[in-house]
Amino acid sequence: MNKARTNPLNTAAMHGALILYTLIALFPVFVILINSFKTRKAIFREPLALPDADSFSLIGYQTVMKQGDFFLYFQNSLIVTVATLFFVLLFGAMAAFALSEYRFKGNTLMGLYLALGIMIPIRIGTVAILEMMVATGLVNSLWALILVYTAQGLPLAVFILSEFMRQVSDDLKNAGRIDGLTEYTIFFKLVLPLVRPAMATVAVFNMIPIWNDLWFPLILAPAEETKTLTLGSQVFIGQFVTDWNAVLSALSMAILPVLVLYVIFSRQLIRGITSGAVK
Amino acid sequence: MTALTLTNVNKSFGPVHVLKDINIEVEDGEFVVFVGPSGCGKSTLLRVIAGLEDASSGEIRIADEVVNQTPPSKRGIAMVFQSYALYPHLNVRKNMSLALKQERQSAEVIEQRVSEASRMLDLDAYLDRFPSELSGGQRQRVAIGRAIVRQPKLFLFDEPLSNLDAALRMNTRIEIANLHDQLGASMIYVTHDQTEAMTLADKIVVLRDGRVEQVGSPMELYNNPVNQFVAGFLGSPAMNFLPAELMTPGDTRILGVRPEDLSIAGEGQIKAQVMHVEHLGGDTNVIATLGEHQITARLFGQHEVQAGQAISLGYSPDRTYFFDGDGQRLA
Ligand SMILES: Nc1ncnc2c1ncn2[C@@H]1O[C@H](COP(=O)(O)OP(=O)(O)OP(=O)(O)O)[C@@H](O)[C@H]1O
Ligand SMILES: [Mg+2]
Repeated sequence: MNKARTNPLNTAAMHGALILYTLIALFPVFVILINSFKTRKAIFREPLALPDADSFSLIGYQTVMKQGDFFLYFQNSLIVTVATLFFVLLFGAMAAFALSEYRFKGNTLMGLYLALGIMIPIRIGTVAILEMMVATGLVNSLWALILVYTAQGLPLAVFILSEFMRQVSDDLKNAGRIDGLTEYTIFFKLVLPLVRPAMATVAVFNMIPIWNDLWFPLILAPAEETKTLTLGSQVFIGQFVTDWNAVLSALSMAILPVLVLYVIFSRQLIRGITSGAVK
Repeated sequence: MTALTLTNVNKSFGPVHVLKDINIEVEDGEFVVFVGPSGCGKSTLLRVIAGLEDASSGEIRIADEVVNQTPPSKRGIAMVFQSYALYPHLNVRKNMSLALKQERQSAEVIEQRVSEASRMLDLDAYLDRFPSELSGGQRQRVAIGRAIVRQPKLFLFDEPLSNLDAALRMNTRIEIANLHDQLGASMIYVTHDQTEAMTLADKIVVLRDGRVEQVGSPMELYNNPVNQFVAGFLGSPAMNFLPAELMTPGDTRILGVRPEDLSIAGEGQIKAQVMHVEHLGGDTNVIATLGEHQITARLFGQHEVQAGQAISLGYSPDRTYFFDGDGQRLA
């Protein structure tokens, strides 16, 4: 162990810095949470005060519950995000494996073509996408969003994952081939567990923009039964009057699932199981 | 029966021609070592035999069966890799039994083969550990065990010892030699360490730039190299090469003489200047210069030789080798 790290003073300084950063990062979340439990007047009079007996109010949550079908929005957002992550990770990892593992004609070209998607924002194609969705009758269905977000997430996923898969030992894959494992088993059982941290990174990168996106839900799935949480919350933000209680309550509830997903993925980021496999 | 026959095997990666017309035979039960400098194509050749790469042309027979189109797992081979390549998520027992499970062997057969291999390799105490909980030597033994349980017709080793430290390397080398005796299996072993090659092999195949330079038993190659490359590659310290005209004016050949065939003599053929002396206890290596040429003598026992002094080295004419300008051996 490093001497500097065992020194109590250094340890304290290190933890102090980390705690400070945590506080700064969590502060906005905290402000949203406390204010979501306050009356409208209290929010503006003392935005930083904790709700007390006087200012405590659930009016925001009540409005949110009354206005539209909030649980449905919630469910829609969750379905879209989780399904997209599943497809991005599955197809991204498979494409990355093919690109990094097999020599075939056009391999490099294919890699470049996929990387191009990272640089060109998918929103440029919105009109064409809308036309396509109309033609296929997918407008106002969650599939429209899942497909678009999967397309949006794949380039970066393939790019990051293929880089990591190149680092997985060839000997390990070859040992599997000699032991009679199929390419699918090698992919799912040997390679995927070793690139799990990279998969978690890709998941986190994709999750937040999808959860928060307003653009595609507004254009492709604005119907009541396919509204996402972000789109649903917009009713409280008016041009002239904004119902802050409702907005803050909706936001508080929207933060939760992302937080849970993040905790799940970040555990994967930390866990390293590669040690001892090779070398 | 021959364990392996390669006929005119070629391998190219795009424009890079890596293996050139390889013809090799491995007899049943033979221990064959491929040696050659780094990048000469040893690993590629092994991977072609294993089926991990397709040969660009030529025929590969394992146990008298053409296997060019057979996938690696059906070729009846097992391979041990330099980097161990153990499955990180499986414990030692499962690492060893995975291939048997894939072959759908019965539980008794699996249990029996795994316990036999683990007894042979002293792995009984580690069967429930994961690869990350083992030392390098133990990991390499597990990798060898994983090969043994399959009872292959042909073992392939790709520099299995190069990640181990010197003492462990010697122990494992002896272990592999014992294993070969016990199993009586055919083995191919790749290394660039000529000591491993000399000590383990029934037959050595010397490769250079994707070509077979010479095939033969260790002593055949040592005593009768066909060219300067083989002569210089086997033996440590390496053979000395000098222009013969230094001794006999007008002679255009290259003279080769092994360090151990040189001795200090009052009227030796070579008069040189000592540059450096290595005292190894049992041996003394004297490195001397003769003009721009360097010459190494390996003297038995301990000798009082100082750097800087003049030395006269002698050799007996029947212990010399002659090569032409292209490095081919002359009779
Ligand atoms: N996939 C590949 N594509 C292109 N060239 C390759 C490929 N694999 C190997 N080579 C080339 O083939 C040659 C032989 O490589 P190989 O790995 O067989 O050498 P080696 O004899 O095993 O060397 P070492 O002792 O360093 O392991 C090298 O020049 C290498 O650059
Ligand atoms: Mg090699």
